[in-house]
Amino acid sequence: MSFLARHRIILPVVSLTVLLAATFYMQPRAMSYFGLNLLFNLAVPIALATIAQMMIIMVNDIDLSLGAFVSLVACVTATILNDTPALGLLILLALILSYALLGAVIHALEIPAIVVTLGMSFVWGGLALFILPSPGGASPDWLRTLMTVKPPFAPMAVVASVIIALVAHLLIIRSGIGTVLRGVGGNARSVAQAGWPVIRLKALAYGLAGLFGVLAGMALVGLTTSADANIALRYTLLSIAGVILGGGEFIGGKVSPTGAVIGALTLTLAASFLSFLRLSSDWQIGAQGAVLILVLTARLIFRQKGAEA
Amino acid sequence: MTDHESAPIVSLDNAAKHFGPVKALDGVSLVVTPGDCIGLVGHNGAGKSTLVNLINGALAPSSGSVGFSGGTSANEAGVRSVFQELSLCPNLTVAENLRISHTALKGPGWRRHARAEILQSLDTIFPGHGIDPMSEVDTLSIAERQMVEIAIGFAPRGMAARLVILDEPTSSLDAGIADQLLEHIKQFCAKGGAVVFISHMMGEVFEVASRIVVLKDGRIVAERDAADFTRQGLVDAMGHVTAEAADTAGTRQEFGPEVVRTEQGLTARKGEIVGLSGLAGHGQAAALARLYLSRSSAFRPGTSPEVVFVAGDRPRDGVLPLWSILRNISISVLGQGARHGLVDRDAEARIADQWKTRIGIRTDDVTNPILSLSGGNQQKVLFARALASPAPVVIMDDPMRGVDVGTKQDVYAMIRAEAARGRTFLWYSTETEEVCQCDRVFVFRDHEISAELTGADITEEKILEASFVLEEAS
Repeated sequence: MSFLARHRIILPVVSLTVLLAATFYMQPRAMSYFGLNLLFNLAVPIALATIAQMMIIMVNDIDLSLGAFVSLVACVTATILNDTPALGLLILLALILSYALLGAVIHALEIPAIVVTLGMSFVWGGLALFILPSPGGASPDWLRTLMTVKPPFAPMAVVASVIIALVAHLLIIRSGIGTVLRGVGGNARSVAQAGWPVIRLKALAYGLAGLFGVLAGMALVGLTTSADANIALRYTLLSIAGVILGGGEFIGGKVSPTGAVIGALTLTLAASFLSFLRLSSDWQIGAQGAVLILVLTARLIFRQKGAEA
Repeated sequence: MTDHESAPIVSLDNAAKHFGPVKALDGVSLVVTPGDCIGLVGHNGAGKSTLVNLINGALAPSSGSVGFSGGTSANEAGVRSVFQELSLCPNLTVAENLRISHTALKGPGWRRHARAEILQSLDTIFPGHGIDPMSEVDTLSIAERQMVEIAIGFAPRGMAARLVILDEPTSSLDAGIADQLLEHIKQFCAKGGAVVFISHMMGEVFEVASRIVVLKDGRIVAERDAADFTRQGLVDAMGHVTAEAADTAGTRQEFGPEVVRTEQGLTARKGEIVGLSGLAGHGQAAALARLYLSRSSAFRPGTSPEVVFVAGDRPRDGVLPLWSILRNISISVLGQGARHGLVDRDAEARIADQWKTRIGIRTDDVTNPILSLSGGNQQKVLFARALASPAPVVIMDDPMRGVDVGTKQDVYAMIRAEAARGRTFLWYSTETEEVCQCDRVFVFRDHEISAELTGADITEEKILEASFVLEEAS
């Protein structure tokens, strides 16, 4: 086992550092409190969505409805939560519970999560259109204040990312129940043999994903001040990419919350970096994909070297 | 050693378990009291696993009853099981795996406690094990994983373990480590613990068991003190008469031209059965994997492969768990029967049926899922898969893990017959008895070949001599 294979967090950190250095080289003015905030502002909801996706990938499933779900949450936040906070809160709570229920159903009926979540993405999308047929709404003031707060020393985006990573790390890596949840991804049978109700664990993992998905939607509205039924559709793939970039694996319960947050930051930064390169926006998505492939190739090479050693 | 005054830990009263029409267990009565060390024997499909699952509470009996004295459930009664199929979470560390089965371990600092507990358990059972409790399980070797699993089984986990069920615990351990385990089992039972010990290695069963229970076709056919059994009597009770070990050495000396030669010095001639021996984990599996990969193309499957592989680690690189028995067999020959790139279903079914009878796979219907078979029968499917292909070289990576005596004899015969027809076998095995079936044996030590034995030289003593460093290091 090589050093890199053992510490899978190193590669995401290096990727982000390299990209950050290149960005600063291209645009030295970004190297400031204000610049950093601008660069990473939109990373906060993406990081939250990535953590949500990570919860699902942790139990060997994949969530294709996350983008639609975050969009729905954004629409609820920008309308109902703004107008009648109590009802809005209730709806968001119900959304989290429905995610938990989804997890239980997927486990009980043994249907592939990819099918269920793909179907649910249309349900979430439909509901979002129903709530907010045309772009609009407004962010609750407290949310706006929270998302534009200016903490000393480091900008909000950086502080928030650190907090998200810390909370998710404590929850998933350090806590006992988080360990058991990862165990479900690693070997569900042995977890069941040890007397754990796997269906409840799966519901818990999905419920946590719902919680982080709701937080992502709220954070997004706090930043953009309005919502749209399609506002976060690309989060589905971004979040999956973030988890994998951060050192996670599609199967086997191998995930890293810190890595996932770093992965989300890297993806956000890659977009800004390509703008600094004055790359036409037509090419940006493709170029972002190229960055992703590059990092994953590097990881594969290091892993193979590690296996040989 | 048995204390019949104390309350039984588990008592089964005429317990039966049916899976649909299949009577996996057909009315079994068994009492396990503190201090008992029960050797449970029977060939694959006799119902051992089902019995274990009833005792540890994983399955509820279809009829009859299972009672625990120390609580209502197996967990509360301190009943633990260590399974034949490795059942750790590979993505977690050793200490975290303890947490999975130790629900009382919580609150701040649980990781430290888990680390201390598993380390203590490992130290007690396997002194000098060298396993770091913070390493992830998938970085450990198979033997180390098995050791961790056993250590978790015996770990206190909030209350003392009262009954530990060990299902083929030594199948991936080498002799020295296995002895440590047997020693620990004896001490554990002497202190009032109970063990149900399942093994195909008769020597081990006789060494530790105070009482031996023989299962056959879902029923207990014999239950006596170990001293009242002889090895031959035990094998007879199981319903398999061990065939006399055929004297292969010296019977067939004429082999074809050399077909395998590796940089390490591993060679094999056409029609020869070449054994790889030595202590587990000394590079035999790696040598075979290298040979296999160098002879097979990753891009072009081709219709006539040069080599085929029989896996020993079934869940990892053998069985396709979602497929039927038929598909699992035919995967190696799909290319041959195919016409215009389409699978010839009839030929596929014919091949599967033919191998089902030839190798004796115990199933009514080859379209059943592969996981409906017991471990030994799954292994037969893997043999069928390899032998169905026309490849001249067959590589076998410890294929007899957890396979019963009867099946082994069947497979030995088949291997000899196939070798006589000109196939070459490269056979890594942890069991000396199997290695003695070979025409030539390479003994591995520290990832290098330390001896090459032929004919009458293939004896346990010679292999052991070559496996251990006997001289003082100078």
